Amino acid sequence: MNWQALANPTRFKRLSDRLLPWFAGGAALCLVVGLYLGLVASPPDYQQGDSVRIMYVHVPAAWMAMFVYANLAIAAAASLVWRHPLADVAGRAMAPIGAAFTFLCLATGSLWGKPMWGTWWVWDARLTSVLILLFVYIAYMALNSAFDDDTRGARSSAILALVGAINLPIIKFSVDWWNTLHQPASVSRLDGPSIHASMLTPLLLMAVGFTLLFLALALVRMRAGLIERRLAALSYSRSAEAGVASFR
Amino acid sequence: MNAAFALLRRDLSLALRNVGETLTVLAFFVIAATLFPFGIGPEPQILARVATGIVWVVALLASLLPLERLFQAEADEGGLDQLLLAPAPLEALALAKCAALWIGSAVPLIAVSPIVAAMLQLPSEAFGTLLASLLLGTPSLALLGGIGAALAVGARKGSALLALIVLPLAIPVLIFAVAAVEAQIAGLSVRPHLFLLAGFAVFWLTVAPFAMAAALRQAAS
Amino acid sequence: MAEFFAMGGYADFVWPAYGLTAAVLTSLVVASVRRLKTLERDLAAADGDEQNP
Repeated sequence: MNWQALANPTRFKRLSDRLLPWFAGGAALCLVVGLYLGLVASPPDYQQGDSVRIMYVHVPAAWMAMFVYANLAIAAAASLVWRHPLADVAGRAMAPIGAAFTFLCLATGSLWGKPMWGTWWVWDARLTSVLILLFVYIAYMALNSAFDDDTRGARSSAILALVGAINLPIIKFSVDWWNTLHQPASVSRLDGPSIHASMLTPLLLMAVGFTLLFLALALVRMRAGLIERRLAALSYSRSAEAGVASFR
Repeated sequence: MNAAFALLRRDLSLALRNVGETLTVLAFFVIAATLFPFGIGPEPQILARVATGIVWVVALLASLLPLERLFQAEADEGGLDQLLLAPAPLEALALAKCAALWIGSAVPLIAVSPIVAAMLQLPSEAFGTLLASLLLGTPSLALLGGIGAALAVGARKGSALLALIVLPLAIPVLIFAVAAVEAQIAGLSVRPHLFLLAGFAVFWLTVAPFAMAAALRQAAS
Repeated sequence: MAEFFAMGGYADFVWPAYGLTAAVLTSLVVASVRRLKTLERDLAAADGDEQNP
């Protein structure tokens, strides 16, 4: 696929018109089947009972939190290298979706942790890393919207997204190490314990459904972002015209 | 390169003339640390257990204070363009700013940290390691702060935004700095932790100049 | 059916997890689509102004 062709707003609109129904429909289908298999057709875990069903939203949400950040970093690199508005719009469109999945991963992890650990929150290595990822998302969104000039916010937050991308592995490593240092005795991890095929299918379906939902949402939000830019340009040129007219 | 040293010298002499700012950071460091005995009680054992964490967390927060002015002062006076036009790579100039920041605010903070640590009942055998961890860890904080400050030049919500940007990225430094001191107290080897802190400093020393320069370039354009 | 909703005694945790996920994702979808619709209308209006001022 030709990136330059994609970068043209009209072409992008045409492409997204064609893709959006597939993404949205596929997401709905995967999520409905995944929910049915996850909530009804899959067996309860022999140790965790029915609480294991939280896994079908928690683990895909955790995957999405990282997957969306990877996309965000790619958009950031594209925005800094090619300086193309579409990459700027993509970053701004994707960040809230990633933050939402990250938040859901934490919230469902807490809801799963309560019956498993007996408390709402444990400084478990995985949850702690996801929490810090949420902070990075928040910083990205705050920086993105902190400037009067949208392009400026997009470029500044793109640099932050890349700095975050190279730092996140270090954070992950540090938090894992810190966690083993302070590991409280006998903490069961939030994991699919000995994943069986009847559990793996709904898990993967939910993950694919979330991915398609992310793509559909990103397209919708990017379309909105492009229109917003066009409107801003229109009102700018209009006010410039008005300025010239009143000057005459 | 000479331009970078000239900038470093100018910023340092500015810092020397403007002692008030340094004193403000130091006062914040001491006062904020003093809040903890009120918050968690003055029992020596409890304080000794958390002293390292308090010193480091408060040092981290104090290091945020001078950031808002780091590049903003230049941007307001139109000096950002001068930085870009200076006969030295922007990367080197940004690094000089960070060096001035570190000498002007982190070094005084490290100098008073033993007093704060003593008031918090940190065991005396751990003082050396605390100082070493601060010496090796604060350069990373200054460089990270430089990135945050460069990114936020001209932003609407300055100081809170800076905290949001810098604090999550500083967590690895905090983890291993505190771990070094705790290893010393536990009688374990502190060298792996200190090496890692030095490694972080080298890592940010290579990454930060480029990130800062990129941020400043697009801030000026 | 009641057994299904009881979730083996974990209803208090399983259903809020799914409910919260549904609520957050649905509101994200609704907000995004609604914003797109509003902006498309604004753009159509602005383009209309452009053609016959």
